[in-house]
Amino acid sequence: MTKTWNNRAWFLVLPVLLLVAFNAIIPLMTVVNYSVQETFGNNLFFFEGVKWYEDVLTSDRFHASLFRQFLFTGIILLIEVPLGVAIALTMPRSGPWVSVCLVLMALPLLIPWNVVGAMWNIMALPDIGLLGYGLNALGIPYNFTRQPISAWFTVVLMDVWHWTSLVVLLAYAGLRSIPEAYYQAAKIDGASRWSVFRYIQLPKMNRVLTIAVLLRFMDSFMIYTEPFVLTGGGPGNATTFLSIDLVKAALGEFNLGIAAAMSIIYFLMTLLVSWIFYTLMTRGEDQ
Amino acid sequence: MARIDLNNIRHAYMPNPVSDDDFALKRVHHTFDDGGAYALLGPSGCGKTTLLNIISGLLRPTEGDILFDGHKVTDLSTEDRNIAQVFQFPVVYDTMTVYQNLAFPLRNRGVASNEIERRVRETLEMIDLADRADQKAKGLTADDKQKIALGRGLVRSDVSAILFDEPLTVIDPHMKWVLRSQLKELHRRFAFTMVYVTHDQTEALTFADQVVVMNEGEIVQIGTPEELFERPNHTFVGYFIGSPGMNVLPVRIDGQGAHIGSHAISLAGPIAADRAARMELGVRPEYVRIGNKGIPAQIARVEDTGRRKIVHATIEGQPIAAIVAEDTAIPAEPHISFDPAGINIYANSWRVDPAAARQGGAA
Repeated sequence: MTKTWNNRAWFLVLPVLLLVAFNAIIPLMTVVNYSVQETFGNNLFFFEGVKWYEDVLTSDRFHASLFRQFLFTGIILLIEVPLGVAIALTMPRSGPWVSVCLVLMALPLLIPWNVVGAMWNIMALPDIGLLGYGLNALGIPYNFTRQPISAWFTVVLMDVWHWTSLVVLLAYAGLRSIPEAYYQAAKIDGASRWSVFRYIQLPKMNRVLTIAVLLRFMDSFMIYTEPFVLTGGGPGNATTFLSIDLVKAALGEFNLGIAAAMSIIYFLMTLLVSWIFYTLMTRGEDQ
Repeated sequence: MARIDLNNIRHAYMPNPVSDDDFALKRVHHTFDDGGAYALLGPSGCGKTTLLNIISGLLRPTEGDILFDGHKVTDLSTEDRNIAQVFQFPVVYDTMTVYQNLAFPLRNRGVASNEIERRVRETLEMIDLADRADQKAKGLTADDKQKIALGRGLVRSDVSAILFDEPLTVIDPHMKWVLRSQLKELHRRFAFTMVYVTHDQTEALTFADQVVVMNEGEIVQIGTPEELFERPNHTFVGYFIGSPGMNVLPVRIDGQGAHIGSHAISLAGPIAADRAARMELGVRPEYVRIGNKGIPAQIARVEDTGRRKIVHATIEGQPIAAIVAEDTAIPAEPHISFDPAGINIYANSWRVDPAAARQGGAA
């Protein structure tokens, strides 16, 4: 077959380009527009340059929520990834229990995010919730609307409950793709259980775990709904993560310029981290 | 190295086997001698891998015992049996270097580090990977990976046996020859007991001193490549080994010899004619002659394979193949005859020995 070059083929990309323009580029550009102007009522705009960006980047409030965001993402990654791998390792490789385990694992992923927040809110209520009442009955003072530590504990626990399944399912898929011969060869080589994990299972799960970390990073970095429903960012600002802060600035205080600048910075950070992951993943492939 | 005895091994993959058909392996009783090179040959699903996994301990047989040098190992785990096995698809530990891959089975067994160093270096020389010792195993080609898998077996100089489960399946054809001759060379130098599973007759015949031919969970014949070729014990062996396989023609046996239609073929000795048995004559295409004497034949087609010609013909309505030299002229009225040395007689698919039949008749 001979290849023919026909530049009219580019027209075939046009529908997708239009679609992307409408749902991504145009809204993004609107935000860029807000971020460089002072906005008043009656559609009065004054050009401000990079003032909002300077304000955001030097504000203590932004630094604090950024720190809380990284702390939260770090904690949940440190818990969810090892826990997910550990659960995947204990799941059966074959038999009727496989489907049971998979369905059980998938359940938390199917629940709408605001419902997850509401569920845990009720669960954690100190006077009637199972968790809240239980902890207090055990003599542990717990009140997530008053104590920052309790609020953090609840938010982290909720995220672990909601999202560890995703890591489990990905890790399990990775484990299932390992041919039986590897385990047989390991037996013949006299490998211990730890060696099998370290030299066979972990290297074979490498790819899916990278994806799991990437997904969990991005998702948790953008987390909004569940903490909004559960704690509303409190007590005080204790659980005010980046997106909660952003919404407060935009809709609570109507600081459109500040909020738009924050959005752009936030977007660039996510993009940067995704790019780092992408490079790491493709470099792994070359080796 | 060890002698391996298989005492009446049977194996079924289902929990409560009743009839013979439930068994994947229907009674195998055989001894692999110390230092022998054996091939287990048979079509897919004949039970050869099952047998191999029973020897290595990855499977426990439903019935029967396995003995290494007279010691019962049936209930020992794979780790305790001290066996090496190379699988169909190369298994290497991706994150380790070539050197670390070979050292792995020794480290797991707590061998002293200077001893590991010595043996790994020695093995790397054997498998020709000494110059790539510090390379990561992940980036190597399939045949180098398979060499590493083999090396992990060879490095344990005290293994009872090395088992191969179709190890050359994923290797390029030209590399197959190289690896196979390296294996044979290693066997000659170090006299490991080797059992090699394959469905490729060339591989089996070139590798092994003794070929064990299996079909439907049974051993049909054990013999040297020559024996399998000259005196197939069962018509299956005749079909399966040789290309094209042995011609099997239904015959009538009487005191004078065998008869195909109205044509008599003289035999080396009288065969006891069992009226109930289905009698057949087997002759390999190499022993079929085309000339002016014998049974008239109709030529169907001639395949030219380069060095020789394969002639497909019919005699008395039966298809027959013959291998003739490249320069042989086929006469206008071709006749087919058989070299007496290549004739075997089968009763119900099993070979009948004329000499044995004569003794039986005298008794």
